[in-house]
Amino acid sequence: MTLLDLANPTRFLSLTAKILPWLAGATAVLLVIGLYQSAMAPDDYQQGATVKIMFIHVPNAWLAMFVWGVMSIAALGTLVWRHPLADVAAKAAAPIGAAFTFLALVTGSLWGRPMWGTYWEWDARLTSVLILFLMYLGLMALWRAVEDPSRAARAAAILTLVGAINLPIIKFSVDWWNTLHQPASVMRMGGSTLDKAFLIPLLVMAVAFSFLFVTLHIAAMRNEILRRRVRSLQMMQAGKPSAS
Amino acid sequence: MTALAALIRRDIRVALRIGGGALIGVLFFLTVVVLMPFAVGPDLALLKRLGPAILWLGALLASLLTLDRLFMADHDDGSLDLLVMSRTPLELACATKALAHWLVAGLPLIVATPVLGLLLNLDGSATLAVALTLLAGTPALTLTGMIGAALAVTLHRGGLLLAVLVLPLSIPVLIFGVAASNAATSGDTPFGTPFTILCALSLASLVIGPFAAAASLRHGLD
Repeated sequence: MTLLDLANPTRFLSLTAKILPWLAGATAVLLVIGLYQSAMAPDDYQQGATVKIMFIHVPNAWLAMFVWGVMSIAALGTLVWRHPLADVAAKAAAPIGAAFTFLALVTGSLWGRPMWGTYWEWDARLTSVLILFLMYLGLMALWRAVEDPSRAARAAAILTLVGAINLPIIKFSVDWWNTLHQPASVMRMGGSTLDKAFLIPLLVMAVAFSFLFVTLHIAAMRNEILRRRVRSLQMMQAGKPSAS
Repeated sequence: MTALAALIRRDIRVALRIGGGALIGVLFFLTVVVLMPFAVGPDLALLKRLGPAILWLGALLASLLTLDRLFMADHDDGSLDLLVMSRTPLELACATKALAHWLVAGLPLIVATPVLGLLLNLDGSATLAVALTLLAGTPALTLTGMIGAALAVTLHRGGLLLAVLVLPLSIPVLIFGVAASNAATSGDTPFGTPFTILCALSLASLVIGPFAAAASLRHGLD
């Protein structure tokens, strides 16, 4: 089973129909475990119970960047390898990524209120994630502005690759500009600074959210393929001379 | 090389003739800056503080307004197809068109800055700083905007979609442009750091912009 076998949309549909329930089930189980562990995690000595926002906020923020990365690979698939499903993957990922980015912004804002004393601060990390959110919305507007999917796909692919420049800026913004948002504490040289009591639930939640993304993404890709089939059937129907 | 020189001459000549509309950008810049005192009140101290930001915002919007012209007219009369098919590399042609566009749409904004600075109660050094940062930053606006203009022309959609695609990409330029201008006026922070980042943004978009625009023209036109 290679990526090329999946190029056939019918084969993709039949394969994903089999694995989608399992993925959904795994996501549900992981989310239950992760949420239970998050709820049972001890309060932070400084932050109290609000530290638990982290278990939702951090996976959302990771996924916000990860989804743009997935879209960039799909964009390469559209432009370089001409993979037939690449533009379906890119189109289906955009709204999901926008939702993760929005949730990261909202949860961060709710966490910022008790901790920093403000809902919003024009700090480098927050600003660059906000730009990411705007770019997701611009990309969705681009997809919606053009009727022909393959034309829209190529334009969106170029915009996605240009926008990918923002990803390292987001990742390293906390190191380059020493502002309010805390620097990386989980994935850093010399090991995590996070205590195990927080680290394990966080990693479980991150895996659960990744599964959630894969599940939603595959479901959205299936919908997009079916939507395109409906569209071409409708156009064929409209093109036929009337029976009478 | 002669082809590129001819392209620059042609683009500038077309833009300066009737219907070219190169100087509309400057007029728009003037109008936006004149609107600001009505919005925030004619408080000279406040205007002095906001001045660099107002000038930068006006220049950003004015350069956005003229982006439509970068490829649209060439697409309508068919010369864009000739450019795509010619032996000159399309990336170089795009960079040349961006240069011509900047000369007729970006440079006049910078020339107009000292006059507008007077309206906003900026002193000489502050006006000079804003003009200098605009000189370093507007190429980045033109070059990143060119990507959006190329996408828009292949999709036959301009206007609002172009603005939505281009504005997020231009936020870093705005941030460092205003930061450098403010650093020069207040003197609390060094001017060099944001200014060199601004130059770096322009150079980086010089690398990325022509390639992305050329790729989108190649893939998009049929």
